[in-house]
Amino acid sequence: MHDKHWGRALVWALLFLSLIAAPAQAVPNSGYWQRVREGASGYTAVQGQEAGELIQASGEVWRRWRNGPLALAGEIGLSGVVALLVLVYLLRGPIRLTRLRTGVMIPRWSLGERILHWTAAALFLLLMLTGLSLLYGRRLLLPLLGYDAFSVYLSLAKWVHNLLGPLFFLALGAMTWIWLKDNLWQRNDWHWLRSLGGVIGTGHPPAGRFNAGEKLWFWLLLIGGSLVCFTGLVLDFPLFGLEREGMQLAHIVHLASALIVMVAALGHIYLGSLGTEGALEGMVRGKVDLSWARQHHELWLRELEASSTWSGKARPEVVRPDSFFKP
Amino acid sequence: MARMKFLCDAERCIECNACVVACKNEHELPWGVNRRRVVTLNDGQPGEKSISVACMHCSDPPCAAVCPVDCFYITEDGVVLHDKDLCIGCGYCFYACPFGAPQFPQDGAFGVRGKMDKCTFCAGGPEEDGSEAEFKKYGRNRLAEGKLPLCAEMCATKALLAGDGEVIADIFRQRVLCRAERDVGAKNVSPAPWGWGLAYGDKKP
Repeated sequence: MHDKHWGRALVWALLFLSLIAAPAQAVPNSGYWQRVREGASGYTAVQGQEAGELIQASGEVWRRWRNGPLALAGEIGLSGVVALLVLVYLLRGPIRLTRLRTGVMIPRWSLGERILHWTAAALFLLLMLTGLSLLYGRRLLLPLLGYDAFSVYLSLAKWVHNLLGPLFFLALGAMTWIWLKDNLWQRNDWHWLRSLGGVIGTGHPPAGRFNAGEKLWFWLLLIGGSLVCFTGLVLDFPLFGLEREGMQLAHIVHLASALIVMVAALGHIYLGSLGTEGALEGMVRGKVDLSWARQHHELWLRELEASSTWSGKARPEVVRPDSFFKP
Repeated sequence: MARMKFLCDAERCIECNACVVACKNEHELPWGVNRRRVVTLNDGQPGEKSISVACMHCSDPPCAAVCPVDCFYITEDGVVLHDKDLCIGCGYCFYACPFGAPQFPQDGAFGVRGKMDKCTFCAGGPEEDGSEAEFKKYGRNRLAEGKLPLCAEMCATKALLAGDGEVIADIFRQRVLCRAERDVGAKNVSPAPWGWGLAYGDKKP
């Protein structure tokens, strides 16, 4: 009885094994060359990393992702957000001050913060332009500049990109260091987010020193930017025995996260300049008008008033309605 | 017009590395750079195979598809060449190439890549044929002299063939026919030349 059971089990096990092993056994040669096709390595007298690998299969995967979905997603994402911002600017126009300026200026960004912000911004723009040139330049700039001039430009772009990348990593670290505390998520941020900072419904929800939108941008830049910077360093220093597959993966992560951060950065640039009346002067001169502070960062203003290191007093204000469409 | 291809017969290659040395010497390649290499699979075991591999001069080259400065071009003989004056040393061709052909001989500090170097099918580069400038950048231009790549010309067992794809495919087909009887039941014999499906999209010789 027991023997019978064991016998049957053995037959099933053999059948099962033969199913697994069959493809390789039936055509032994194709299995061998298939393994070569998939990246099998052998011995070679030639010195060099991965010299023993006859065919590296991952290169095709990398090429397809870079030239295909990622390039396309970047095109759609970047041109889409630019089109969206142009539309918002034309239809809705900038977010104007709802109260007239008081003339009372409140310090918002210290000199150190401003220097850091603009250093990071300049690095970001340079890295963005040179990076996009590496991806899209062949299609967009090469026909304009011609082969020789474009090659000179792109060679320079590569150097700028490779050298400034690590500096941006430092700037990102410094920004995280000084702004992390103010960007921790708080309960009222949900409230701000639900009305999209006053776009939906009426009234501007109160916000602290950073509103929920700015906080989202901070965290996206911190996480996405860290991914970009880390993978960038990996690509920047092809030492430490990194193989092609590692470089390909690093490059794909670098490209994908950089494109996401760039799309968000365009939104940040718009909202911080053309999109919001009085926002840019804060980051340039360091001070904002009392009306601006009250409208955009009421909770922060109240905290300031409570701690009272400034002597400004609110004057009677004239309310100016802010309609969705420009008058 | 001929369509130049490489063909390595894995049944004939004896891993003597003469092709590697011939290439290195002919083009006076710098220390550490090998445009060609011989790989032995299952080294020391029954059924081991050796293959000489360099740039295969693909029909639709992945290197050219990813090059950000578009420095690759294909000659009328189907040879894939590149312009070192345009190359910026980004390494994308090296990521993309399935055969590990691109080399970066002028690596600087911290692994900074110089201009890419690879097998030219002994066809030089964009400079004037046979000129000093061409030789310095790309090596000898044997094709312009009416000669075939030296690696294949040197090959003692005629495992490595270089030339018009149709001609070398005929030679290979003839060999497969002649040794068909011997190959029945033999290990790891490929009826198609190695790498041709990948390089030329062409599985049957």
